[in-house]
Amino acid sequence: MADLLWRPAPRSRLTAASPPRSPRWRLLPSAIILAVVALVVLIVPLVVELNEQYVDLAIANQPPSAAHLFGTDELGRDVLLRCVYALRVSLTVGVVAALISALVGTAVGALAGSIGGWFDRILMRVVDAIASVPHLLLGIVIVAILRPSLSAVIISIALTHWLTAARIVRSEVLSLRTRPFIDAAIVGGASRLQVMTRHLLPNVAPQVLLATTLMVPHAVWHETALSFLGLGLPPHAASIGNMINDAQRSLLIGGWWMSLAPGLLLIITTLAVSGVSGVWRDRLNPKRRTELTW
Amino acid sequence: MLTANGVTAGYREPVITDVSLTVQPGRTVGLAGPSGSGKSTLARVLALLHKPFGGTVEIDGETVTGFRFQAVQRTRIGVLFQQPRLSVDPRFTLRQAIAEPLKNQDRVEELASLVMLTDDLLGRRPHEVSDGQLQRACLARALALNPRYLICDEMTTMLDASTTAALVGVIRAYQRESNAGVLAISHDATLLTRWADETVRLSAPRPR
Repeated sequence: MADLLWRPAPRSRLTAASPPRSPRWRLLPSAIILAVVALVVLIVPLVVELNEQYVDLAIANQPPSAAHLFGTDELGRDVLLRCVYALRVSLTVGVVAALISALVGTAVGALAGSIGGWFDRILMRVVDAIASVPHLLLGIVIVAILRPSLSAVIISIALTHWLTAARIVRSEVLSLRTRPFIDAAIVGGASRLQVMTRHLLPNVAPQVLLATTLMVPHAVWHETALSFLGLGLPPHAASIGNMINDAQRSLLIGGWWMSLAPGLLLIITTLAVSGVSGVWRDRLNPKRRTELTW
Repeated sequence: MLTANGVTAGYREPVITDVSLTVQPGRTVGLAGPSGSGKSTLARVLALLHKPFGGTVEIDGETVTGFRFQAVQRTRIGVLFQQPRLSVDPRFTLRQAIAEPLKNQDRVEELASLVMLTDDLLGRRPHEVSDGQLQRACLARALALNPRYLICDEMTTMLDASTTAALVGVIRAYQRESNAGVLAISHDATLLTRWADETVRLSAPRPR
């Protein structure tokens, strides 16, 4: 009888919530893919003495085979090797652009949030004005002004993507600066700069780092889009956008592998980055208490 | 003397109007009043954290001209806030919190022993200690710069009687040693009767 009394009530099929799925299922494959991609992209160009721009017309337009796993393109270049180099360029652009945009956004957001008043209002209206222009269009204008190159692509992506970081930092700083521990620091004689460096920036850092990580795949797609439009890297340089752009012509003669390989690699890599940052985001903003215990 | 002369202050709308108050060195002034009467607003004005709409604040005969970062006299005043959990940066250990106002870290142990915090507690973060232990660390931080005046804004609200007695004992000892003035804000009439030399009451807010 006592046993019956202590038995928990059966869960109703309607109200029972499914047990929270462990984020490991998302983290592990994403982290492994990311690690493999990073290793390949960093190590292959150092170890393998092959030129990704080496042209051999005798083996042009060859489908995937043991000799060329992803086939060759219309100039006989190895698609897998070009993909590795292309991903290297795309990831470099993505990471550097995301870091620059985070730095610019943090500086603008921190200034707006901590100074406040008319300064904040003017700065945020500037942010709204820039955000109102489609950023791919704005990016094209910036690249057109600077002339297409790797640095122009990075600058154009960074200058059109700092707005998210600025908004996140501003709203966090506005919330943090009214907390009693900031008042306590002021009473203790801390200067505005000390409050910023000791309390405000360290407390917003996790959110900014998360936004930066989420920005990387977005920036990679932007680089691809700009290269695809002919505004990114020079046509001979390997970049995912350039490769897909070149592969358009080959599709008509049945060369499906030339666009499939770079496209798949781009999708898999960006999904892996998104997967890792998604787990991190859930960790920072758990919806359930149980999510903190894994 | 820490003096508020005809202070009118609030947030958009005034919360306190034409309030005057004096805290003499070595004396403890109690500040009582119902919720919303502006006790904490007056405390923030006197702590030079909130600029009043009107009136002046004087510290030892000097009229305060700037507030918050612009206040040159702000380290002459120590403040203990109502909620210790919100008044310590969650990333800091208690040692870091106490050391924050200090240029020289040597005094942390001395201040910690003053408020009866053991060494193992100093390495913990706010979520790893009780409210009482955290408020002790806040008191140590408030006393770090040897303030001429100490403002205790309902500092005992979250605490049990023994911790309250211990904290008040530390403040009294500091007061005897340094002749500091104390403004004690509380809802607890019994506490103010026992602790304060005199008590000022703020009236209930006018209905809007």
